[in-house]
Amino acid sequence: MRAVAATGADASRAAFRSFVDEVVIPRAGDFDLAGAVPPDVVAEVAARGYLGAVLPDGPLPLDMVGLGALHEEVGRGCSSLRSLLTVHSMVAFAVHRWGGDAARERWLGPLADGSALGAFCLTESGAGSDVTGLAATAEEDGRGGYVITGHKRWITFGQVADLLLVFARTGAGIGAFLVEAADPAVRRAPVRDVLGTRAGMLAEITLIGCRVGPEALVGGPGTGLNVITGALDVGRYSVAAGCVGIAQGCLEISAAHAATRRQGGALLKDHQLVRRMITRMAVDTEAARLLCLRAGRLKDEGDPGTLVATCAAKYFAAGVAARAASDAVQVHGAVGCVDGHPAARYYRDAKVMEIIEGSSQVHENLIAEDVCRTGGVPRSASPAVPLQGLPPDETTRWEIA
Amino acid sequence: MAEDTRAVVGQFVRGKMPKVELGDDQDFFELGFVNSLFAMELVMFVENRFGLRVPNDELRRENFRSVSAISDLVDRLSPAREPVPQEATA
Repeated sequence: MRAVAATGADASRAAFRSFVDEVVIPRAGDFDLAGAVPPDVVAEVAARGYLGAVLPDGPLPLDMVGLGALHEEVGRGCSSLRSLLTVHSMVAFAVHRWGGDAARERWLGPLADGSALGAFCLTESGAGSDVTGLAATAEEDGRGGYVITGHKRWITFGQVADLLLVFARTGAGIGAFLVEAADPAVRRAPVRDVLGTRAGMLAEITLIGCRVGPEALVGGPGTGLNVITGALDVGRYSVAAGCVGIAQGCLEISAAHAATRRQGGALLKDHQLVRRMITRMAVDTEAARLLCLRAGRLKDEGDPGTLVATCAAKYFAAGVAARAASDAVQVHGAVGCVDGHPAARYYRDAKVMEIIEGSSQVHENLIAEDVCRTGGVPRSASPAVPLQGLPPDETTRWEIA
Repeated sequence: MAEDTRAVVGQFVRGKMPKVELGDDQDFFELGFVNSLFAMELVMFVENRFGLRVPNDELRRENFRSVSAISDLVDRLSPAREPVPQEATA
């Protein structure tokens, strides 16, 4: 069975795959055991332009389909490293879309070349996908700036990020603020021994009276919810693609193991029940890839349908990754249950994918709301509305205050 | 121009809630169908369909609450815009 997304004229995918095979996969187990992606790997990812790939004027101009291919391939090698691409892309996207001139001038270059790493600081003890419990505050300082106080949890790559996109309550609603991690009012503590994406360098981040200027505000003082929604769309797309990568990785190691391991006098690949698992992995992976491809194409076309399509892709791909990883461990048996084995790592990482960027249950709510509103009419049966596209140099601003 | 814009906007919005008899002035936020994703869809539609940028100070709920409100926003933001081709509304 030939993977659809690998059949196009996408030479970039071959380069991504080669990088992952040569640089990431041989060391991904070590990253997992050490709980960190080493700086030299981050530097190589940055040098290749992968960190800034979400930016239209970045060092590696990719369309969204191409970005999905990049995140899939990196996800095949190491979900922790893919998580860096995810959160960094979310911050870069937010600065590009909603940042003011000063913020764009200051940060887009470093975010594009990776000299500054971004982290997305939304989650708190009482707030995540549901932001109603957001407790961090940003009080006006009387000079146009703000004083931010709050405690953020589970911040991916928060241990090493240079630029934090922090969400906090303002007098007008929720605001999004750029905070330099080196600010003395920012404290961060590593979170270790997590179930999956162990090299994701998670941190708890505490801001104690952190002062920022007016240029730190991304969007309006009350439009942070829209920044969250827009950035999450990028994050969900990235995670969906990364899940396809997990499933693809599970498929490849399972097929290889089944072709060499004998059981009961026959190779595993010749046992029908093993064949069933491998077949399910292959077909599920391809189906998830197609949903990602659809979401990416809609993004490239500027079609509003991409928002729900991305939710569908993330929801489905996360389930596929979890099932494929479970089956990969099953195919490998005891050897796949050991720390350091890729099947075990895929299994732990895949579970995390069903939780981050909106849990599977959150996605069930979002998708069901869309279906109930539209009546479930297939998209292809709806009349097409021709799109004119944005004028050159304009950016989409998905905000409604 | 306004009539054509309204037809295009109405086609999109009614396509998104085909089971509802939606008048041009009906507030569809009040119907309970609008979540954060749909709100974003509306903005994406306006910008990509009409090739314009909605500035921050226009990103208010009252500008997106009905077919009429969206149409007025589009016409206000693009006073020199060419009329929408009739086939686009078919």
